[in-house]
Amino acid sequence: MSEKFDAIVVGAGVSGLAAAYVMATNGLNVAIIERGRKPGAKNVMGGVLYRKMMEEIIPEFWKEAPLERPIIEQNFWLLDHNSVVKTGYRGMEWADMPHNNYTVFRGKFDQWFAEKCVQAGALLINETAVKHCIVKDGRVIGVETDRPEGDLYADAVILADGVNSLLAKELGLHTEWRKDEVALAVMEVLKLSADKIEERFHLNRGMGATIELFGDGTDGMVGTAYVYTNQNHISIGCGALLSQMSERTTTPYELLERFKQHPMIKPLIEGAEPCEYYAHLIPEGGYRSVPPLVRDGVLVVGDAAQLVNGIHREGSNLAMTSGRFAAETVIRAKEANRFDRQTLSHYERLVRESFIMKDLKKYKTASKTLEDNPDYFHHYLPAVNDAMKEMFTVDGVSKSEKQKKIIKRFLRNKSVLGAARDGIKLLWAVK
Amino acid sequence: MHLLVCIKQVPNTNEIKIDPKTNTLDRSGATSILNPYDAHAVEEAVRWKRALGGTVSVLTMGPPQAKEVIQKSVELGADRGYLLTDKAFAGSDTLATSYILSTAVQKIASSIPVDLVFCGKQAIDGDTAQVGPGIASRLNIPQLTYVERIIEIKPEQQTIKVQRHIDGGHEIVESKLPCLVTVEKEINELTYAPLPDMIRAVRYHPVVWSVSDLDADINAMGLKGSPTAVKKIFTPKQRAGGEIWKGKADELAKKLVPLLIGDVLSCRQ
Amino acid sequence: MQAVKQTANEVWVFAEQLEGTLSNVTLELIGAARALAADLCGTVATVLIGNQVDELIPTLFEHGTDTVYYVNAPIFQWYRAETYSRAFCELIQKYEPEILLMGATTTGRDLAGAVATALKTGLTADCTGLELDAGQKLLLASRPALGGNIMATIVCEKHRPQMATVRPKVMPMPERISGRTGTVIYEQVELREQSLKTKVLEIVREHSADTKMEDANIIVSVGRGVQNEHTLVLAQTLAEVLGGVVGGSRGAVEKGLVDDQHQVGQTGQTVRPKLYIAVGISGAIQHTVGMNRAQTIIAINTDETCPMMKLATYGIVGDAALVLPALIHEWTAALKPSIA
Ligand SMILES: Cc1cc2nc3c(=O)[nH]c(=O)nc-3n(C[C@H](O)[C@H](O)[C@H](O)COP(=O)(O)OP(=O)(O)OC[C@H]3O[C@@H](n4cnc5c(N)ncnc54)[C@H](O)[C@@H]3O)c2cc1C
Ligand SMILES: Cc1cc2nc3c(=O)[nH]c(=O)nc-3n(C[C@H](O)[C@H](O)[C@H](O)COP(=O)(O)OP(=O)(O)OC[C@H]3O[C@@H](n4cnc5c(N)ncnc54)[C@H](O)[C@@H]3O)c2cc1C
Ligand SMILES: Nc1ncnc2c1ncn2[C@@H]1O[C@H](COP(=O)(O)O)[C@@H](O)[C@H]1O
Repeated sequence: MSEKFDAIVVGAGVSGLAAAYVMATNGLNVAIIERGRKPGAKNVMGGVLYRKMMEEIIPEFWKEAPLERPIIEQNFWLLDHNSVVKTGYRGMEWADMPHNNYTVFRGKFDQWFAEKCVQAGALLINETAVKHCIVKDGRVIGVETDRPEGDLYADAVILADGVNSLLAKELGLHTEWRKDEVALAVMEVLKLSADKIEERFHLNRGMGATIELFGDGTDGMVGTAYVYTNQNHISIGCGALLSQMSERTTTPYELLERFKQHPMIKPLIEGAEPCEYYAHLIPEGGYRSVPPLVRDGVLVVGDAAQLVNGIHREGSNLAMTSGRFAAETVIRAKEANRFDRQTLSHYERLVRESFIMKDLKKYKTASKTLEDNPDYFHHYLPAVNDAMKEMFTVDGVSKSEKQKKIIKRFLRNKSVLGAARDGIKLLWAVK
Repeated sequence: MHLLVCIKQVPNTNEIKIDPKTNTLDRSGATSILNPYDAHAVEEAVRWKRALGGTVSVLTMGPPQAKEVIQKSVELGADRGYLLTDKAFAGSDTLATSYILSTAVQKIASSIPVDLVFCGKQAIDGDTAQVGPGIASRLNIPQLTYVERIIEIKPEQQTIKVQRHIDGGHEIVESKLPCLVTVEKEINELTYAPLPDMIRAVRYHPVVWSVSDLDADINAMGLKGSPTAVKKIFTPKQRAGGEIWKGKADELAKKLVPLLIGDVLSCRQ
Repeated sequence: MQAVKQTANEVWVFAEQLEGTLSNVTLELIGAARALAADLCGTVATVLIGNQVDELIPTLFEHGTDTVYYVNAPIFQWYRAETYSRAFCELIQKYEPEILLMGATTTGRDLAGAVATALKTGLTADCTGLELDAGQKLLLASRPALGGNIMATIVCEKHRPQMATVRPKVMPMPERISGRTGTVIYEQVELREQSLKTKVLEIVREHSADTKMEDANIIVSVGRGVQNEHTLVLAQTLAEVLGGVVGGSRGAVEKGLVDDQHQVGQTGQTVRPKLYIAVGISGAIQHTVGMNRAQTIIAINTDETCPMMKLATYGIVGDAALVLPALIHEWTAALKPSIA
């Protein structure tokens, strides 16, 4: 039998790397198995990385990690065909170290993070896919890879294999995600000079901004679109629930092309050259879709466990934190030399008591509410745009007159009560 | 048998883009890989080691990151790796490169004699296919280039028989050992490395040599030792285009044929 | 005819031959050497090494050589780096040519590497362009680099001869002037079979039934845009009607539409036909370096903006599955009288 590790981490995404780093720095003998050519080679992310959660793993990481721009301004746009209502926040307190969050390229970031893990003593094996968990007497005792003589054993296996997590599925932790539990996201990286980026987004040198868009960016489907600024590139993407996407027969690529042509978006990306294109699933099932997180000898983290806050497009932070919790649990288990479900359920407890589950619980009905009420996208969003237009158009009509008109527009075909109910539901779901 | 493979780390040319405006290379997205031909050379060396017994060493000259291609070779079954890295080597052309590599081969051979040196047919970044013949010439051993198949190696007689690709066919050549072989991709299929070799590779640290470790003339290496120099870099001139036609296929065909009938008829004579 | 020892300003070409058949690239290079020699105010010489290949000499003269250095002995029956590079080095040391050109063929590249190293001179491999800086007698050799994405012009200032290998089909074939003649200089090289380490046991020619692609006048080349077997058959039919051969892009080779012997481009063949029809080929630089010297290029592509369209003499925007049948129909009709 080949060498035995304390822990095997499957997948070198942020969740797996976080887990591996924490375990390795605590002296555990850790192997990371990644199917891509290098960590990050296949990992898709629009690109906002949150400082706090990363800092809990590597303090002061921002001093050396490959980051694109610190974000000083976050915008939310309600997009209609020909108009947009903008809100947002710019805070100069975010311009100073330590910043609030950053744009990153996962390709670079994951490679750097993996290098840190290796320096901490973890063994990183690339270009190797895990096919199955090796289960003996109901306990996971290792993994079987696609390589000859490819079995590897460990006290604990951490599944950090991303949204498709075939391994967790095979262990019966969850079944195939339903089409309304995952969103299909596409994104493109466009090359644009730093000067142009700073000019178009009104940024000081080196600073960054994000725009999250609801409405026309996804052609009315439940989902979001976004535009992020990197050092010399713009990340632009959109995503919608797979269920709606497949009903529409719109290809994701067409959706993105349409978004890029939108009159509110086009000027931002004018002249930028496409460099890379990705498509990827995002778990959006939220709270109700989170599977059991542990079994004897195994823990599931990150996207593989549906730990994504779809509404706020937070994934990497939940992934990293869950990875850290899993690592801390394995370290404890190692001290007790017990890796059964009961011991490992400490991880479940940590997740439940943290912001992860609290947030997921809060937004548990968001996607569903939106999906079940097409009016949000088809009626209210345009109405808000109209309302703004009314208020800002100076045409001699009195403001109170205008307000009446706006309310009428909001209520078209609806009772006041119905609209209020819709509003409350939405607020409840996303606030 | 001691089989020594010269390997090179090259940018993945699939990923290189040229910025049409500034005329500069955009290598930002490009990763580095083991030159594909060299991977086949390592594979072939390992197969013969398994058949005949012995050791496979790999040798590369390059920046410290070139360690990665040594590790990749260990995955493929190589036993040992040597990394030549020094500022003095930078800027070497094929003549200087083959000089440096040949001095390293001599040093390696002084502890364990080398029976067979392998190179790839060519490196995909330079495409010159000159370093192999250069090394052979320096070491004063026969060169067998474009080898598609090694038919037999007889260690006792110290001979090798190979099939070489030549334009329009192939030839069977026999040579005395030691000699140098450069290989085509067709020579073998890469095997998918077993996991224990992957683990060994990750943990492997090559022998690292700088210029002072070699018995070499510093004036024969780097820019100084390179007779050729790049005078300028430019993007290939595109041929001027012609007309773009749209419309119904049969009408376009009717329009095209008379324009070319003369040429086509003249070709048929 | 008079044997005069030239000490400088000679441009040399290696006469590559296999069992008495001269390779075309040799003649192309003689053409290129003529242009360089004119700028140098010098002459062109060809080095012919072999066993009883005298009958090749007139051809060399008729294509523009002034001098032929002829090394004739049984030991040179077949090319071996060992023997040929020895002979070459001796001649070079004796006559000191300014420039030495060889075909970038398997044999030429094999020999060039050995010779350049032995003489410790510079070699620019796989060139696609040759020019001369006459003032400094400097050869400006241009070659694609980094996967064909860029071109580099390379010089060798301080060492002689300046060596380059040149891809076949890149230089135009010079006109043949029948009856043109020159000087033959017979050379002897001391070599004994017993002292050699390599031996050629067998030469196997792989005859392909169809015309060799690099010599074809008409090529119908298919790419990844040829979606299915049906469209492939259409392309083959068109080639047949026109009397041409079928080639392909790497995309097509990867898809299994054509075999890799018929790949056109940087890692395949360089071709220079009269007519090149690119069916569903986007025109990646690695492909176009292999065919952009065609006299007429026709692109058939659904994407009006692809690079091949920009290159083409006539770019036909349309689905290959629809355009090919129309072309086959028209050509068949147009060529009928000539078949009869
Ligand atoms: C378009 C898009 C935009 C996003 N934007 C943001 C954002 O701005 N901010 C944010 O916080 N989050 C964002 N997310 C979410 C975030 O990317 C994910 O939540 C996060 O990457 C999850 O990390 P992970 O480690 O769980 O999984 P992944 O990053 O998906 O990593 C899984 C790894 O496992 C490997 N793997 C899979 N199967 C196997 C196997 N069998 N054997 C070996 N290896 C295997 C994969 O190759 C991969 O490297 C975005 C997601 C998408 C798709
Ligand atoms: C080092 C290196 C060396 C290389 N060497 C070579 C080489 O020697 N030769 C070579 O060819 N490539 C080479 N390549 C690969 C090259 O970069 C391209 O990938 C390749 O040429 C693409 O082939 P393609 O044009 O057939 O396919 P694609 O680029 O996929 O183009 C397909 C085209 O078909 C069109 N199309 C689709 N459907 C239809 C339809 N129904 N009717 C008509 N048109 C249609 C599309 O619009 C598109 O333009 C090399 C690459 C590298 C990195
Ligand atoms: N820097 C290098 N280090 C080791 N081997 C090399 C190096 N450069 C070239 N080679 C070897 O020479 C072969 C031909 O390279 P090239 O002449 O550059 O096309 C490669 O396939 C390698 O085997």
